[in-house]
Amino acid sequence: MLVHLNSILKKIVIIILITTASFSALSEEKKIDFLKTNWSFNGIFGTFDRTSLQRGYQVYQEVCSGCHSVQYLSYRNLSEKGGPEFSIDESKAIASQFEVEDGPNSDGEMFMRTVRLSDNFVKPYPNVEASTAANGGAYPPDMSVLAKARTGGADYIYSLLLGYEDAPEGFELDDGVYYNKYMPGNKIKMSEPIIDGIVEYSDGTEATKEQIAKDITTFLVWSSEPHLESQHKMGFKTIIYLIILITLVYMSKQKVWSRFNSKKEEEENFDKVERVITEYEGEDPKTFK
Amino acid sequence: MSEEKYIPKSKLAAWFDSRLPLLTLSHHLQSYPTPKNLNYWWTFGGILTFCLITQIITGLVLAMHYVAHVDHAFESIEHIMRNVNYGWLIRYVHANGASMFFLAVYIHIFRSLFYGSYKSPREVIWIIGLIIYILMMATAFMGYVLPWGQMSFWGATVITNLFSAIPFIGESITTWLWGGYSVDNPTLNRFYSLHYLLPFLIFGLVILHIWALHVPGNNNPIGIDVKKNSNETMPFHPYMVMKDLLALLLFISVFLWFVFFAPNVLGHPDNYIEANPLVTPSHIVPEWYLLPFYAILRAIPSKLGGVIFMFAAIFILMLLPWLDTSKVRSAVFRPLYKKFFWVLVFTVILLGYLGAKPPEGIYLILSRLATAYYFIHFLILLPILGRYEKTDPLPMSISDPVLDKPGVIDKIKKAASKYEGDNVSSFK
Repeated sequence: MLVHLNSILKKIVIIILITTASFSALSEEKKIDFLKTNWSFNGIFGTFDRTSLQRGYQVYQEVCSGCHSVQYLSYRNLSEKGGPEFSIDESKAIASQFEVEDGPNSDGEMFMRTVRLSDNFVKPYPNVEASTAANGGAYPPDMSVLAKARTGGADYIYSLLLGYEDAPEGFELDDGVYYNKYMPGNKIKMSEPIIDGIVEYSDGTEATKEQIAKDITTFLVWSSEPHLESQHKMGFKTIIYLIILITLVYMSKQKVWSRFNSKKEEEENFDKVERVITEYEGEDPKTFK
Repeated sequence: MSEEKYIPKSKLAAWFDSRLPLLTLSHHLQSYPTPKNLNYWWTFGGILTFCLITQIITGLVLAMHYVAHVDHAFESIEHIMRNVNYGWLIRYVHANGASMFFLAVYIHIFRSLFYGSYKSPREVIWIIGLIIYILMMATAFMGYVLPWGQMSFWGATVITNLFSAIPFIGESITTWLWGGYSVDNPTLNRFYSLHYLLPFLIFGLVILHIWALHVPGNNNPIGIDVKKNSNETMPFHPYMVMKDLLALLLFISVFLWFVFFAPNVLGHPDNYIEANPLVTPSHIVPEWYLLPFYAILRAIPSKLGGVIFMFAAIFILMLLPWLDTSKVRSAVFRPLYKKFFWVLVFTVILLGYLGAKPPEGIYLILSRLATAYYFIHFLILLPILGRYEKTDPLPMSISDPVLDKPGVIDKIKKAASKYEGDNVSSFK
């Protein structure tokens, strides 16, 4: 009974250990209920919605890229597997719209050239300081890993984009500061970026602000984790592999141990009987061995 | 199952082994007698060795692509994640591997506490183990600084600042550690250098840890000495190898679940924001495995006091073999100690939880109570328990701990009486 209770206790402790470990780091602030939407990339089999990623790129280009950089994405990523999967020609066409400073050339001069597939996304400002100065003292963060850099991830970004409201009575806002339900502290310097119809989708999808928020968020999650699809695929294969391997190893272990167990039982039975008989005959069993 | 002496099978083997006894060593490792009653809590030694080797191999590959410079560190991590073939996999295994390493080491340490594995004659194994644990914490802390995210930078600032609490020379020590007047490029560089060095020191200590283990042999759940040349032990290979392998695979399943499906759950989102010395995060928290000590640090009102108590919390464990005065090893036969053991487990988990909370209000009060209890457990409860606790009777051997229970002997006697008249020697 006591042994049984112990094993249960041990299990409980392990569970507590793992859960507190994983949640304590996360549950800093009071939990805010983020807006929920169905993300295709969640879960073991999660993949990106290709068309949503392509629309998301369009939203980034037309709405966000004026202030926000995505400096760790390259134009070649746009046609890579697991991403928006534009054709190479489409990606080249996208890249060729931009110019970037290169050099120095053999005369020691810097020069402008057309962007290639291998180049990273061009930044709206040359550096953080310029970006901050141009945006009223608030740096529009680089969005390369934004979805991993915020508690709540995709849900947070989606909620924030749709979380603009009139400030409640008595809530003071300075000029150029807006009220957002989901921003920590509720003050945000970015004006409401997304309204119905701010972009026009060429694939005929209706550009509601929910749809736009969903598309850009999907794009940002991909930008944070461009290998997410292969990660999930490999993870699933690994689980299957481990299940088979563990079954085989378990059976081998049982087989190997059965050798010892049968031998042990024989010896033990013999030992016990021998000991008891010795005791029975008046000898002290402790001195037997 | 006794340990037989190695007998070389060929002349070449004999020639080599007499010059460098590697074959004898290999034979010893295979036939090393282990108590047959070891349970699955004993498989974590092997799991930890696996963790260390995994960290070293993945770390080696990461080091080929990482750039230890404040302007490029964060970028180089993203380069690994995006452009290096399977870089994301290697980095996620390394980052989650650290957490898994600590999960396993905590289970390993608490197993030792429960079954009294630190007691005579295993004090040296215990102390070497603790040195490994301390080096692990140092290595993990410096590794967390390398991505140069916000938590890297501010974590490094908080922890290195602790040394400034030392009277008179504290400031100079901190400047010396930083290589400047704040956490900056020289700090990052030396942390990288040390992060690469320490795992090899750990590796060496692991060899000593195992060596020291092989002198007295394993403790076991019953906690009494086993007879080495008896059927109470079984050779390490294949029995324990198979059991360890099974446990390792189950552990790897949990490990890889994190790697593939929740690789960032154990980290802090702020570490995906590049370090900025001008912006302090709202809460600076270390990785989960350091949280109990962080809670103790903040529970003490004075800075120096906090530092002293934090280090004392670790070093007090070194004295454990002498603080615990009970002659009985296993908690199975110590009804009172068993209860206090679980209270200690709860206290440490509570401290971990509190370490992640802001040090104010109820959290601060609880931190102080838990810190006080932690020290009371080791300094007061253990010495008293060893003296006054009434322990349960120990079995004669690990083979039949039930034999001492009333009734059992009678039953066997009855069974044996059937053989009455037979000659004992005729049993064979």
